Amino acid sequence: MAKPVEKDKIFFGNSGPGVRSDCQVNMELLTKGGLEIDLNSKVSSMYGKSIREMLKDILGFFDIKNARITIQDSGALPFVLLARMEAMIKYHVGSEKEYLPEMLTENLYKSTKERFRFSRLYLPGNSPSLMLNAGVHQPGGLILDLEDSVSSEKKNEARFLVRNALRQLDFMGTERMVRINQFPLGLEDLAFIVNHNVHLILVPKCEGPDQILQLEKEISRLTEPAVKDDPIFIMPIIESALGVENAFEIAVSSKNIVAMAIGLEDYTADIGVRRTARGDESLYARTRLINACKAVGIQPIDSVFSDVGDMEGLKEAVRKSRSLGFEGMGCIHPRQIQVIHEEFQPGMNELNKAARIVEAFEKAKKDGLGVVSLGTKMIDAPVVKRAQKTINLAVSLGLLQRNGAK
Amino acid sequence: MILKDSEKVKNAAGRWVPKNVNGKAQVPYKGLAKHKPKTRKHGSSGVSCADYPNDGNKLVTSLKEALVKAGLRDGMTISTHHHFRNGDYLANQIFDIAHDLGVKNLMWFPSASFPCHEHLIQYLEDGTIHHIEGSMNGPLGKFTSDGKMKGLGVLRSHGGRYQAVQDGEVQIDIAVIGAGCADSFGNANGLSGPSSTGLLGFALADSQYAEKVIVVTDNMVEFPCYPWQIQGNYVDYTVKIDKLGDPEKIISGTTEITKSPDRLFLAELTARFCEHAGIIKEGFSFQSGAGGTSLAVGEYFREIMKRKGIKARFARGGSNKYLVSMLEEGLVDYILDGQTFDLEGVRSMAENSRHISTSPFTSYNYHGKGNFASLVDVVILGATEIDVNFNANVVTHSDGYLLHGMGGWQNCLFSKTVILPVPLFRDRIPVIVDEVTTLCGPGELIDVVVTERGIAINPGRKDLIKAVKGSGLPVMTIEELKDKAEKICGKPEKPQLDEDIVAVIKWVDGTLLDSVRKIKQ
Repeated sequence: MAKPVEKDKIFFGNSGPGVRSDCQVNMELLTKGGLEIDLNSKVSSMYGKSIREMLKDILGFFDIKNARITIQDSGALPFVLLARMEAMIKYHVGSEKEYLPEMLTENLYKSTKERFRFSRLYLPGNSPSLMLNAGVHQPGGLILDLEDSVSSEKKNEARFLVRNALRQLDFMGTERMVRINQFPLGLEDLAFIVNHNVHLILVPKCEGPDQILQLEKEISRLTEPAVKDDPIFIMPIIESALGVENAFEIAVSSKNIVAMAIGLEDYTADIGVRRTARGDESLYARTRLINACKAVGIQPIDSVFSDVGDMEGLKEAVRKSRSLGFEGMGCIHPRQIQVIHEEFQPGMNELNKAARIVEAFEKAKKDGLGVVSLGTKMIDAPVVKRAQKTINLAVSLGLLQRNGAK
Repeated sequence: MILKDSEKVKNAAGRWVPKNVNGKAQVPYKGLAKHKPKTRKHGSSGVSCADYPNDGNKLVTSLKEALVKAGLRDGMTISTHHHFRNGDYLANQIFDIAHDLGVKNLMWFPSASFPCHEHLIQYLEDGTIHHIEGSMNGPLGKFTSDGKMKGLGVLRSHGGRYQAVQDGEVQIDIAVIGAGCADSFGNANGLSGPSSTGLLGFALADSQYAEKVIVVTDNMVEFPCYPWQIQGNYVDYTVKIDKLGDPEKIISGTTEITKSPDRLFLAELTARFCEHAGIIKEGFSFQSGAGGTSLAVGEYFREIMKRKGIKARFARGGSNKYLVSMLEEGLVDYILDGQTFDLEGVRSMAENSRHISTSPFTSYNYHGKGNFASLVDVVILGATEIDVNFNANVVTHSDGYLLHGMGGWQNCLFSKTVILPVPLFRDRIPVIVDEVTTLCGPGELIDVVVTERGIAINPGRKDLIKAVKGSGLPVMTIEELKDKAEKICGKPEKPQLDEDIVAVIKWVDGTLLDSVRKIKQ
């Protein structure tokens, strides 16, 4: 059996070669002698004083008077440093209080059910350096991930970092998302996110409507009255055979579900097959999920494409995804965003054709004709409807102006 | 060195600089194009071929013999070149020999230094080397910043180095030129052999103006070694040694474009700016370095040029496989190469008459009858800090430590449009600041700063501001950029610096632009 680790030997955060914009903190509680701060920082000549002041403030806030604190800092921004400190302090002394960094006013915007979710970028929830410029790449949504990208022993400290990031990281207009852990751990994550203007929560391994009900109940219990009116949207991730079978029931289980995603790594493992590039093995699951979403009027979202070096493969995958009916895809690298956006947006040919169909329809209506035709071809009502949808999409993406002029 | 008030003067950029450096009187920076040389160019002593072997064979048995024959003694200036970059064995060997011979107080005058030269710190400590004039990178920079060097460091640009030699500010006693290929007469080039470097342009001034010139190679060929990038008629002794350097570190096998999404984003934004500003047009010219972001900018230029069917007349390099492929695809007519970064660059220069070897004389020398740098339409450069007056720093970090040389950076500022793509902050260190720690380039010459969170155009460039209006590019003032950086990182304290000066920054005309101060211990 492993020896129990002494409490004061526990480190929070990360340091070491290759770690940037993070810090590692350690604390030993003392009975006297006041606060002893051993700060080894890459930026001590520029921020040494302010870091010390910040440390004293948070220690004072949690009523810690005697302690030895050791910090290895590779240029952590204040919200990162504070998250590391709070995780450490609460580990030692426990407290109901929260030391909340100020909410950026830039982060107070809202989301809508209808907004496009072509791309959403996963950010490991315990790696600050990957978060800092993520908004610059303008994915549809930024996901602070508490699940797969965070190792089990870092789960707790990551919650503080994710909470502080929701407040202090500039999301630059992207949809603000968090992927929580699988239940029951995921329910404990909620206290760190629901009152910090999270727009959407991704629920991994969702298998039935019960989970959604449980989630909503917990969200509503935790939500402060002031933000009660802002809905928190939900994107269940279907990753198992059972989840696929229950896709429709899940999709209708809450009005806050705006999209539903499929996770193919776990799904293929669950049904005991290998995931292939062609994806024949998951065709049923994907189409079933798409159909469930369309039946309810929410967005079906495809799994991530995991080879970040293969842009051609990604392009192919997105084309196929879109042709099946998906309306978005996950990204694990910012370079994937542009390709995904380009492929989900209607192309020029498609737009021209749609415009001609809509024009023909308008003309037929004006001429009082019951039948719409384009050249020698009869156009059915659903074709007109689809063309109209394409035009609307292009308009809302700014690709077309309302009168049809490009 | 702590200067009394009477020993320093405030220059035209508002920076305090010493009146004397290492015993030589200095001219403070006077402003752009204000200082012109009044004296004749420097000349080395007259020689007669009667004193050189008739058969042209100047080969001596060892580097030590060559140095002794060249009269190595206390207080001399010894020059070397950075063609071998971080794989250089030669400079370290020279000072090993000097140390064995008990020679003291040498001045080392490299065209650049690399981390492999950390070996020389022992000789700076024991007095074999008195000080360095060149670049002080990495460990040597730290040594200098901590105030441990006996004399003052002098940092010059590549063009400034040529100018200093030509104008006699620095008189080289012995130049040791390492060459990938040479004959016993001293003709030399960098085009072949295990230590090939493509070109030898950084050694040109030294061959022309040094008192004694030694050519060292690990690839001695029969006369004639052609092309003679270095002409044997300037050379006193030739030496064959086993190995000039570690080929892996001299030239990277291949240069690779950065995979960092943030750098790629910056590069793409920079290229978009150039497109909207109308810079990328038929027959234009550009220079972008081999650094991560610069290299990627070149690739985005390629995409734009292909899309628009545009060809560039010439590209200045730093050549690498990407630039070579643009030459071979016919997207650029000529590469004017100052430094070859990978094996493709070396191959192309040897094979392709449109891939031309240049030197700091042709490209950069400010005291010449023109230079190529000012002919270039757009240049993409880096910086460690940029201030709200567009002044930039490339040698020290915001904590005050001297960590980089200037290379051709200052010289390139004379291009028609100078663009610095930089991150708004690195870790927690803001790049856009109130005032640069060390002034290396005056803001008047810096036109555009591109960051991932916005683009600032020098208010003096009304044409550029007008050109990108309505482009949708995130153009803002440089103050706004600075505020954004400070909002994210916090307002930094000033670096803790002593009054002690440890090095000076020369401007391209030989005047003193700024001083580098010691870090407070």
